[in-house]
Amino acid sequence: MAIRERLSGNEAIATAMKQINPDVVAAFPITPSTEVPQYFSTFVADGAVDTEFVAVESEHSALSACVGASAAGGRTMTATSANGLALMWEVLYIASSLRLPIILACVNRTLSGPLNIHNDHSDSMGARDSGWIQIYSENNQEAYDNMLMASRIAEHPDVLLPVMVCQDGFITSHAIENIDLVEDSKVKDFVGEYVPDMYLLNKENPIAVGPLDHFTHCFEHKRQQAEAMKIAKKVILQVSEEFSRLTGRNYSLFEEYMTQDAEVVTVVLNSTAGTAKYVVDQLRAQGKKVGLIKPRVFRPFPVDELATALSRFKAVAVMDKAESFNAAGGPLYTDITSALYSKGVFGPKLVNYIYGLGGRDVKADDIEFVYNQLLEITGTGKVDSVFNYLGVRE
Amino acid sequence: MNTKLSNDEIRIVTPDVKWKDITRGGTISEAANARLFKTGDWRSMKPVWLQEKCKQCLLCYPVCPDTSVLVNEEGMMTGFDYDHCKGCGVCAKVCPFKAIDFVEESK
Repeated sequence: MAIRERLSGNEAIATAMKQINPDVVAAFPITPSTEVPQYFSTFVADGAVDTEFVAVESEHSALSACVGASAAGGRTMTATSANGLALMWEVLYIASSLRLPIILACVNRTLSGPLNIHNDHSDSMGARDSGWIQIYSENNQEAYDNMLMASRIAEHPDVLLPVMVCQDGFITSHAIENIDLVEDSKVKDFVGEYVPDMYLLNKENPIAVGPLDHFTHCFEHKRQQAEAMKIAKKVILQVSEEFSRLTGRNYSLFEEYMTQDAEVVTVVLNSTAGTAKYVVDQLRAQGKKVGLIKPRVFRPFPVDELATALSRFKAVAVMDKAESFNAAGGPLYTDITSALYSKGVFGPKLVNYIYGLGGRDVKADDIEFVYNQLLEITGTGKVDSVFNYLGVRE
Repeated sequence: MNTKLSNDEIRIVTPDVKWKDITRGGTISEAANARLFKTGDWRSMKPVWLQEKCKQCLLCYPVCPDTSVLVNEEGMMTGFDYDHCKGCGVCAKVCPFKAIDFVEESK
């Protein structure tokens, strides 16, 4: 029987880490992810895990310690937010290009400045091309579940890439929700032992990690890394399927909500999807054919699957909780339009809404406004404004 | 000399290795493979062993930075490993019997 609990998003992540019992956790505290290493260090102090907890002096050192520990052969985890993730930047690329299956709990927070500690997605969106798998979580349950699946995905022999499990800072990280936990023994069986094929502490087969890689071979390594990201999509689906058999909770590359006969949908990540589902229910009660697509896996980007799914709708609003400052739409929008164009899908009218920057609250009314705009587009067939800001004072 | 590496593994460090065959993330998957990386073509000057003058004192052997002075199982100097000798000339300099010439590569 699953265990009924009530936990904050940070507690949920720390609990998943406790159940996984990794070899090494190296972390530096930063709001709003601070509680993850804080809770975890109490598990270490209480002897609930046998993890080596490394209290470092910065996030750059945190991820560097993870790189060393992972290369040595250990199952390795960390957590961070915003500027902490930014300070990890160069090491993010090293972790992924050295193909080290490190797990990072990213509690999304806006990247300063101006100085702000609240939620948006500018931190993880900035790291979207760093070679990490990125999985987004609507609520505490999903953050917990994604964390349990992350090691299996990262450590799969055909993948061997680091995984970032994202959730919304404060909104889910600090809000306490009911949650179903998997029993410790079942988690242990599901996650299994990490058995790397090559690792530094293997005295039977000494190796060298991270040597100079010239123009003669570096391109081949990048090509190989790109292939691993492609394969990751299949592995994520396999692991999710297995997780569904264990828990009854179904996960895919993205979730479709009330889309079957929908004419318009929003595409939205993380906790705002919860608000949008509420709005969809309200509008459905009024007979409006609205739905929702909630991407779960952003890297690898599910190009074929999203293009196929979105091709059925008349109008789509892609919601970005991050500004790309490219004068051409947020990161989710540009990836989705690129996917549609690449797959020859020209049917749906697409608009972009940048919302919630720096923790600006996004209310049901705001989302309802977006759906009404979409319904107007389907009525007139005209898009007046492609790039829009939702909830900013004009 | 390490003879553990199979032909497959040797292929992995050659310049024409394809992306599907190269080791993951640039990891060097086996120790003692420096012999596979030929550095002889860096040379502009080369040492030449004059066997008739050599007294087998072996002073050349420990000064070679690249273990390119070949010594057989009886402990006798037998010449140079031109695949790896970079032509630094230290062996020629140290030889008390002028038994090592140091000449331009083309000669």
